[in-house]
Amino acid sequence: MNRERHWIAFITILNKEVTRFMRIWQQTVFPPVITTTLYFIIFGNLIGPRIGEMAGHSYMEFIVPGLILMSVINNSYSNVSSSFFGAKFQRSIEELQVAPVPNSIVLLGYVCGGVLRGLLVGVVVTLVSLFFSDLSIHSFPVAGSIILLTALLFSLAGFLNGMFATKFDDVTIIPNFILTPLTYLGGVFYSIKLLPEFWQVVSHANPILYMISGFRFGFLGTADIDLIVSFVLICLFCVILFVVNLRLLDRGFNLRQ
Amino acid sequence: MTEALSISNLRKVYDNGHVALDGISLSVDQGDFFGLIGKNGAGKSTTIGIISSLINKTSGSVRIFDIDIDEDFDLAKSRIGIVPQEINFSIFETPMQIVTNQAGYHGIRRKPASQRAQHYLDMLGLSDKRDTPARKLSGGMKRRLMIARALVSEPGLLILDEPTAGVDIEIRRLMWEFLAEINEKGTTIILTTHYLEEAESLCRNIAILERGELMENTDTKSLLSQLRQDTYVLDLASPLTRLPEPLADSVDQTWKLRNTMTLEVMVSKTQGMNTAFELLSKNQIRVASMRNKTNRLEQLFMEITAESQSGDRGIP
Repeated sequence: MNRERHWIAFITILNKEVTRFMRIWQQTVFPPVITTTLYFIIFGNLIGPRIGEMAGHSYMEFIVPGLILMSVINNSYSNVSSSFFGAKFQRSIEELQVAPVPNSIVLLGYVCGGVLRGLLVGVVVTLVSLFFSDLSIHSFPVAGSIILLTALLFSLAGFLNGMFATKFDDVTIIPNFILTPLTYLGGVFYSIKLLPEFWQVVSHANPILYMISGFRFGFLGTADIDLIVSFVLICLFCVILFVVNLRLLDRGFNLRQ
Repeated sequence: MTEALSISNLRKVYDNGHVALDGISLSVDQGDFFGLIGKNGAGKSTTIGIISSLINKTSGSVRIFDIDIDEDFDLAKSRIGIVPQEINFSIFETPMQIVTNQAGYHGIRRKPASQRAQHYLDMLGLSDKRDTPARKLSGGMKRRLMIARALVSEPGLLILDEPTAGVDIEIRRLMWEFLAEINEKGTTIILTTHYLEEAESLCRNIAILERGELMENTDTKSLLSQLRQDTYVLDLASPLTRLPEPLADSVDQTWKLRNTMTLEVMVSKTQGMNTAFELLSKNQIRVASMRNKTNRLEQLFMEITAESQSGDRGIP
């Protein structure tokens, strides 16, 4: 009985989240498509032929997985952080607080909303990439599981940001000053093997490198990092973030006085 | 009779050291219409916040329909509906979405949830606004929407934190009728309000909070019987330029001439109005109409809270 009620509550939160980002699709789904198309045109079509091959593939083929994953990372993160902070700001989060919904269901509802938006944008960007590249997938299970886990991880990270945020600036600081640099330095546009040895070692501290490398393996069959290491680290980060978020929710951090 | 709410030694100290509740205990019987009144900062909203899980208590216990919130808060929450003081829904959603989603959070399937939402929106006169974004609703409509949202899970205990604040008189009266009706049908209601007339006309039992302490907790009739005097305003049939001496010198009543057409008299409850009317007749003063000057509960409330500040209960 409780399980059924919790399932309905979860579906309700998820449905609310999907309705929210689809209502403003011009702000949520469309902009990443435009941005990524510009990347394809400028870096892939215009600059790419001058660069030549990267890790044994054309530059366009090389950057496609990274660009898809970058859009998934940004969208799953920003969806949850802005939606959860917005609910706190408008106090509509109280609708959930006063209802008999366990915190784990609240967390899963918001996070799955972020995952769905990330995947939706990822699919649309993938379709756009077909106009610029003959996309071939080396291993669908690897590409599929990496993209899903990455969306999950960054949705959880977005939720954490939303929990800590007390003003609108707090929601934009992390994406602007941490997430974007890490994504660009995570090997979207280059193989880390091109870097001097010191910077290769430093790059290994960037968690996004493992995701992009794993996802690129799913498409091209080549990777900078061992695939098992990528999976283990992504899963580990997911578990840590899930536990931290749940603990904070249980404590009512920034939610209850 | 089963208690809908039982609070024991409830204490809340905020991080800044402010003691919002200082060990209050009270109980509300099932089916009651209970008023919780007090000035700003008295502890009303803190009490409701603790009951609804929006505020952590420092100590004490809260039981909702005999369910201890420390043991099974989710089960306890499934029995209550909350109408907060501030608007707390997404202004981008429609009333239908807001009410249906709330039913979903309570585990009600989509179809019955939609039917219930439609029913409560109808009852609260919002059916024609069901698909209008909530930001376009008037203040009164937003408050009614929060009542519909609280009722959609059909709670045994409905808690309203100043539901009629800022609502025009007509809508306020309609809301009173509605609340009285659902209470009649068995829903226990706890109301906090600044409008003491509202508490007097709706509530069977009343608790008065002052600076985190419970000053009174009794039935409305007993509370009002504590009033020792009433003030009446008399509209005169013909003008009076100055207060006649017998009235000014009266020891039984205190008379004031407000303007040439209005007299005010303060009489003790034990004395009644008979001697006052005799005095008026003797002085050939004709009264066209009469009304109670202040809301009785308001007068008593002011007395009780003033006493708590002065530590003296000897107000006439």
